[in-house]
Amino acid sequence: MSTMVTSPPDRQTPPQPEPARAARRRRSGAARRAAVGALYATPTAVMVGLFFVVPLLLVGWMSLHRWPLLGQPTLNLPDNYTGIADNTLVRSAVWFTLKYTVVMTVLLFVVAFGLALLVQHRRPGVGFFRTAFFLPMTVGFASASLLFLGLLSDEIGPVNDLLSAVGLIDGYVSWTSGSPDTALGSAVLLVLWRFAGFNMLILLTGLQAIPPEVYEAARIDGASRWQTFRRITLPLMRSSIALVLTLMVTGSLLAFDQFWILTRGGPDNSTTSLVMVIYREAFVRLDLGSAAGISVALLAVLLVFNIIQLGVLRRRSH
Amino acid sequence: MKRSYVRTVAVLAAGLLVTAMAACGDDGGPGGDAVSLDDGTTLTLWTRAATESVSKAYAEAYNATHQNKVEVTAYPNEEYPAKLASAAGAKALPDLFAADVVFAAQYASQGLWTDITDRFGGLDVKDKVAPAHVRAGTWDGRNYAVPHTIDMSVLLYNKDLYQQAGLDPEKPPTTLREFADHARAIDKLGGDVNGTYFGGNCGGCVEFTFWPSVWAAGGDVLDAEGRNAKVDSPEMAEVFALYRALYEEGVAAPASKDEAGPTWLGALQGGKVGIAPGPSVWLGLIEEKGVKMGVAPISGLAGGESTFVGGDAIGIGATSDKAAQAWDFLTWTMSEEAQVEVIAKNKGVPTRTDLAANKYSSADERIVAINSLMAKGKTPYAQNFNASFNDPQSPWLQTVRGALFGDATKALADGNTAITRSLQQS
Repeated sequence: MSTMVTSPPDRQTPPQPEPARAARRRRSGAARRAAVGALYATPTAVMVGLFFVVPLLLVGWMSLHRWPLLGQPTLNLPDNYTGIADNTLVRSAVWFTLKYTVVMTVLLFVVAFGLALLVQHRRPGVGFFRTAFFLPMTVGFASASLLFLGLLSDEIGPVNDLLSAVGLIDGYVSWTSGSPDTALGSAVLLVLWRFAGFNMLILLTGLQAIPPEVYEAARIDGASRWQTFRRITLPLMRSSIALVLTLMVTGSLLAFDQFWILTRGGPDNSTTSLVMVIYREAFVRLDLGSAAGISVALLAVLLVFNIIQLGVLRRRSH
Repeated sequence: MKRSYVRTVAVLAAGLLVTAMAACGDDGGPGGDAVSLDDGTTLTLWTRAATESVSKAYAEAYNATHQNKVEVTAYPNEEYPAKLASAAGAKALPDLFAADVVFAAQYASQGLWTDITDRFGGLDVKDKVAPAHVRAGTWDGRNYAVPHTIDMSVLLYNKDLYQQAGLDPEKPPTTLREFADHARAIDKLGGDVNGTYFGGNCGGCVEFTFWPSVWAAGGDVLDAEGRNAKVDSPEMAEVFALYRALYEEGVAAPASKDEAGPTWLGALQGGKVGIAPGPSVWLGLIEEKGVKMGVAPISGLAGGESTFVGGDAIGIGATSDKAAQAWDFLTWTMSEEAQVEVIAKNKGVPTRTDLAANKYSSADERIVAINSLMAKGKTPYAQNFNASFNDPQSPWLQTVRGALFGDATKALADGNTAITRSLQQS
């Protein structure tokens, strides 16, 4: 850029006032670079627009209408939103989804962090365990849910027979629909098995990013293991923890597959999640406007959760 | 390089334009008039996995004798309604699609099928086509769907277990009380043998197998318009009480409480269940596993006979522009040739009342018995049937669970209110 400004004027071209020419060149150069930059960004912008922004706006627009599968939508504001309050299934689903989110986030975090600490240091065989913990992640979630359904079934699965053989249970036990607690427990176990390894991997990356010198210094200063963990590991892991907690909370609030396949929302709607209600509104009741209304409300809750969560964690990390 | 970039952009733009125009073309709605056409068109047909084999048998026979070609795609039962709704929202429904007959009124009311009133009215055999199915595919006096497959609920019993229990395998029960006594007698065989089995965590299974007992006793579960529930009737309460007693006594297999549908057939195929109500199409599937089965009508507590006329209804996708060709296929499926050589030959129930007795059915008296039940059976009709009865989150399933395993009186009273509210939801 500086060479252009300082280069001597071309004697063959008609003489022009020096500062005006340089400024024009600077402007055209900047404009060209901006245009090239915009061109590079265009495919991504189009993708984001088409697949994220447009659907989001469409859902917002749908939530204001009575939206038939075929035919013209009609404005019915605010019926889709006021309907949420009257829907008893939504009320029970909200309560259950929040309960599940708390239980799942706490358990998943503890297990994932525990696994990460276990396989943190290089020693013989640690590679095997890291792979083993991560392996369930390679099974599709719907397939994993079906796998658990089969394993836990009294008709075709081995779990009940095994537990009976070792004397832990006596007679028939239904894990997926016998009682609200066993149904929730089955789903929690499935999610722990499937996602603990993935979250372990994120936390492991965070753990390994902490310089060993910090630990050495603490050791020289005579810090205990607990003090090292509390004063060094946890504070330096904040951004990794923020990431996994955000993923866990968001994933739990949007839970669907595990309940849809494993418990069908039962017994007696005790494991019906909010996304299952949205699915029911859209594809069973064929009321797309109502489904969009609940989706927008859920989106607002998610936004609030994420803003608070990231805000708090960022502030602390300063 | 620059030129090739421009060319790529131009090709992409042209492609998008063609796609957009094709999409706009769909908006024009179905073309053609009330005639049939066999002009070599390829037609897409969607169905649920449960009835895939019948749809494929129809398509194979039709493709062999016609220029039009029907391509069948099947989807898992649970995902099928969502698949249809998504396709409708995208205005990309197949040329033909079948659906559980109890959902037909909802799809007709949503305009997912093309109006076939004039076409159907012009058929010679229109009065002989399963009336309950035709009614199910009717909305506001207009026809949208015709029967595709028929499946009825019957009592299926294991002849070997009957013999072992000292019962006469040729004398099935004629009342629901007798059914319970037979189940108790077989349950006494002990071991892993159970008297009976039912889908206690499956709304669809229970309505399919329990409601005929209510109808046989002269009761009803719904009003004719499908706007008010009558599940708190004495007839319904008695039927629930009988099954509840069988479960509490341990005569019904313990897994009945959790049976949500997927392992229902497997339990009967195992050969360890004495007698149970179930779909008539399972007769062949159970016998394939080497279990000798008998068939009897489902009765009321003190007698009578009835059945739930289920199966699939089929119509022309509202966004299809091949309505004339699709109608050609539908007309053919209702012909004597298709009903006898495709359906009856494979031990199915013909969708035409005049073909209940045919050269194939007469070879097996059990099939004759099943076919003759159609006239005594019912297909419930309600716009919101799926949301009110079949869906796992439906108020019906909660009612069923309460009536079988909880506070029965409260469950039936509360359930009736909740189901009626759901049926009337616009």
